[in-house]
Amino acid sequence: MHSPTPIETSWPDAIYAQFRRVGIRQVGYVPDAGHSRLISHCQDDPEIADVVLTTEEEGVGLVAGAALGGQRAALLMQSSGVGNCVNMFSLLRNCGFGCVVLVTMRGEFGEFNPWQVPMGSITEDVLRLCGFLTYRVESADAVDETVGAGCDMAFDGNLQVAILLSQRLIGRKVWTK
Amino acid sequence: MDAIKLDRRDFVRDLLVDRGNLLVVPGLGSATYDVAAAGDHPLNFYLWGAMGGTAMIGLGLALAQPNRRVAVITGDGDMLMGLGSLATIGVKQPNNLAIVILDNARYGETGMQPSHTDRGIDLVAVALACRFKHAHIVSSSDDAAHVRTLLHRGAGPLLINARITAEDTPRVLPLRDGHAIKERFRAALNSI
Repeated sequence: MHSPTPIETSWPDAIYAQFRRVGIRQVGYVPDAGHSRLISHCQDDPEIADVVLTTEEEGVGLVAGAALGGQRAALLMQSSGVGNCVNMFSLLRNCGFGCVVLVTMRGEFGEFNPWQVPMGSITEDVLRLCGFLTYRVESADAVDETVGAGCDMAFDGNLQVAILLSQRLIGRKVWTK
Repeated sequence: MDAIKLDRRDFVRDLLVDRGNLLVVPGLGSATYDVAAAGDHPLNFYLWGAMGGTAMIGLGLALAQPNRRVAVITGDGDMLMGLGSLATIGVKQPNNLAIVILDNARYGETGMQPSHTDRGIDLVAVALACRFKHAHIVSSSDDAAHVRTLLHRGAGPLLINARITAEDTPRVLPLRDGHAIKERFRAALNSI
């Protein structure tokens, strides 16, 4: 008999369950280690169109188009990707497109790569300046509640919500030669 | 190269004749004015910003509405800024999405500076390399009827690169309030 996956590693399942609950039908992403389990769930779900992007900025347009067409959409990105979206985020705020962005953080707790730090350290401020409500998640047991609340605010109120999944939650990236 | 004679206003008007339930996403600047000049319609999602994002809005809409046809009508500058989105669309292969580039090889809004297409960069070749089902250049108003048919029935994703004259046309300004444009579009879509 298999033992259940511990919550420390199964938190992406909670995000996916919230996506199902609120009826998210399109998910845009750039491949990412922190989001890999969630991306895999979305790819396996015939009710969700998974859209792999060349840059996170494309995902903002995708969300707007999905919403125009009556579908809810979410974006998955690393903190560095937030910087790639800044001007395009105007589209969401200007037209009131509800959107949930799940951001895996780099450039904080235990980061080995200093090149990640400049963007990682301003990610939350940038999102706020772009009109997002931001919520940080530090521990696996808070994922479900935070993502659920964020999704409801985004789609009930046509608001832009970002949930920052801390590097402490995801785990330090282990650098191997 | 032959002198270009295709007028953008005439071409866009011809494309949108008897448009039925075609969903239209015009890119910022002249493309939005051209689509407005062809006749205001609630199924136009006019853009006044978000440069580089027009094709991706078309993709999200095409995936959400697989039984309707989506036409992105935009300029070469907007398409060049979102070149990667052609690869993203090529991966997803939406059969109901068409992109029309109104290519004057210029940045019209900022003073007619030459764009990359003026220096030989070929958007049709890019689209074909990105696995678009169909892509070609048009340069005559005689081609408009065929392109119109492609918008309504062609197997997508497809891209038409329309070589248009680089004249400054009078601005025709549609709705500019993003919320209003969105809500009007959504209401019209819900009623068809």
